[in-house]
Amino acid sequence: MLALEFLAGTAENLYPARMQMALSLGWHIVFACFGIAFPAIVVFTEWRGHRRDDAVLTALAHKWAKAMGVLFAAGAVSGTLLSFEMGILWPGLMGRFGEVFGFPFVLEGFAFFVEAIFVGVYLFGWNRLSPRAHMLSALPMVAAGIVGAFCVVSANAWMNNPTGFRLDEQGNVVDARPWAAMFGPSTWAQFVHMWLAAFMVTGFLIASVYAVGMLRGRRDHYHRAGLLIPLTVAAIITPVQIGVGDWIANVVADNQPAKLAAMEAQYETTAGAGLSIGGVYRDNELHYAVEIPYALSLLIHHDPDGVVLGLEEFPAGERPPVNVVHLAYNTMVGIGTALLGLAAWFGLVWWRRRRLPHTAWFLRAVAVSGVAAVVAMEAGWITTEVGRQPWIVYGILRTADAVSPAPGLGWGLVAVVGVYTVLTTFTVVVLRRLARDRATLAPQEGQR
Amino acid sequence: MTLAEVVLGAAFTGLVAYALFGGADFGGGVWDLLAGGTERGRAVRDRIERSIGPVWEANHVWLIFVFVVLWTGFSRAFAAAVTTLYIPLTLAALGMIARGAAFAYRKSVGTPGMQRFFGAAFALSSLLTPFFLGAVVGGVASGRVPPGIAEGDVVRSWVNPTSLLGGTLAVLVCAYLAAVFLCGDARRDGEHDLAEAFRLRALLTAAVTGAVGLAGIAVLRADAPVLFDGLTGRGLPVVLLSVAAGLAALGLLLVRRYTVARIASALAVTAILAGWAVGQYPYVLLPELTVDEAATGRTTLVALLTALSAGMLVLLPALVYLYVLFQRPADHRDRPGACH
Repeated sequence: MLALEFLAGTAENLYPARMQMALSLGWHIVFACFGIAFPAIVVFTEWRGHRRDDAVLTALAHKWAKAMGVLFAAGAVSGTLLSFEMGILWPGLMGRFGEVFGFPFVLEGFAFFVEAIFVGVYLFGWNRLSPRAHMLSALPMVAAGIVGAFCVVSANAWMNNPTGFRLDEQGNVVDARPWAAMFGPSTWAQFVHMWLAAFMVTGFLIASVYAVGMLRGRRDHYHRAGLLIPLTVAAIITPVQIGVGDWIANVVADNQPAKLAAMEAQYETTAGAGLSIGGVYRDNELHYAVEIPYALSLLIHHDPDGVVLGLEEFPAGERPPVNVVHLAYNTMVGIGTALLGLAAWFGLVWWRRRRLPHTAWFLRAVAVSGVAAVVAMEAGWITTEVGRQPWIVYGILRTADAVSPAPGLGWGLVAVVGVYTVLTTFTVVVLRRLARDRATLAPQEGQR
Repeated sequence: MTLAEVVLGAAFTGLVAYALFGGADFGGGVWDLLAGGTERGRAVRDRIERSIGPVWEANHVWLIFVFVVLWTGFSRAFAAAVTTLYIPLTLAALGMIARGAAFAYRKSVGTPGMQRFFGAAFALSSLLTPFFLGAVVGGVASGRVPPGIAEGDVVRSWVNPTSLLGGTLAVLVCAYLAAVFLCGDARRDGEHDLAEAFRLRALLTAAVTGAVGLAGIAVLRADAPVLFDGLTGRGLPVVLLSVAAGLAALGLLLVRRYTVARIASALAVTAILAGWAVGQYPYVLLPELTVDEAATGRTTLVALLTALSAGMLVLLPALVYLYVLFQRPADHRDRPGACH
């Protein structure tokens, strides 16, 4: 149904181009999370191992460093594809606005370059550097992760709330100010939200691997540490993320009211609006939803009688597809809340008894938390990206007007689907093998 | 020199770095492809793997660097070029994915069958990717990219004599650079047989590249007259420099002076690219769009230059550190958890 909605009345390239971009971004972002968060977790483990002279922790750090190498390689190649696609698929965006918001990608290029160099240094230098120099060589990766994430997210935040330029009467960009464009109203909230999400995804995913191991009876020091360290990181970050979620929802309400209305599937502008969970949006109405009275007004305005704008305020041609956005948003918040519960469970038992909860249900919960965190993050990106539609640059340029009219563009989607199916399969195969066999090498290491 | 020319010069420098480092990397894959059967080619393949393992990711960031500078500083021309040439560019991007993933994963998989499959994917995409990139350059250099979005012929813009020449030269240059770089690496590690084998490959590829380059003059004359005029006019000193550096590199290879041969080879390749740039100057997109017309606003260009200068201050020491460290052998210090 969704597909038909997009195909009708738009250029034939729009739908495949959007799906190709969504697939490429959705794939890359998982690996980008590891690029942002994994170095910090790995070097922390290495440092603990070194300080306590704990060979098990050092071995764990080395194993993770290798996995980081594989994940970084997958992230690097998928990121390269994105840099091609930006121009190939969306020339209307890059050709017209490249001078305004293309700039942070230059900074990101440097950040990525530095990270690529130090991933090589860190892995290759495992036996070649002193422990101290080796741990220090991880710090540029951590810094590059922060800078890179900020730059890429700031470009996306610009698409949500374009600033830093003027349009003349013909619609041409004049007076482009790229530094100002990087610091629009959405930038900080989006960046912090994504940076924390990277730590949640990485932390829960790694912990889930060791939870599976422990469920299979491997409860040694190695597996316990492999679960505890990343889970602690993720558990500390999760409550902070919920608070940041409130912040970003307010930013969206102020700057992109149509997106917020779609997230809540709210048609009528309402004072004292309730928060709707689930349901199907049809004919300007949400059916079968569970509603918590006044909750939306409370969340957005911190006032039970606050007025929340509905979709009716926007012309029909400027409303995002409601069901996708609403469902994605609910999924993200739902999973986030569940992860908060898991973090609280873990935190409480650890605080009172200094140990993990004994029940296997805890390990089962951790075992699924990784995939859940990934789904939540993807749902968040779907919320913000589909929620911006029909605009690629909010209020200024429609996605349909930005897509390339080149004939045959849709075959790119077929090719990318094929390549990513193969790539995903092999990434999983290699990571599994890396987990089983200690002698397996990461791509950046030399011969054994 | 205008501000726009400085920014374009920076992007061009990135392209040269990509041709030299990324090019050698692709070339390594080409020699992997031609190394023969699993047993016979093992020594060569191991050598190549050891040489490019830690640096291949960094080598390919140069291309991303070129892209982001172009789309920020020359947005419209960039959009025009990548939409008209989207087919070879997409193929090159997919080739990079196949190549990077196959290279990264092949030593992490167990069965010989899987290793052969990854090895073949790596080697084949190492051959095809530079060919497509060279074809893209050929399309731009022969004036087949009009300045509007997807205005050019999406097939004939890269299926034409100049693109065929560009693609072939790109593959040859990559293979040549790799062979020269690998001579030095092999000798450093005391593998004199391999050094000799790569020396022979380097000499052969140099001869073939020279022959194709000569034949290319006729192709350009017929197919890309504007570029031809530029190369034989204003660009002639650069072309001659390229020939001289190439001949010098040949001589140095013959007397086994590998380190200096690397420098001479790099100079020859840089001069080929510089010849293209000088021959095409002052146009970004032949035959009409000039550098200054294509450039974006002054504030953006200044921001770009600031970022590029600051970024290089961070990047260059890091790169030098990587290459220096990489020349250092493992000290086998028994670190807990180390697998070596």
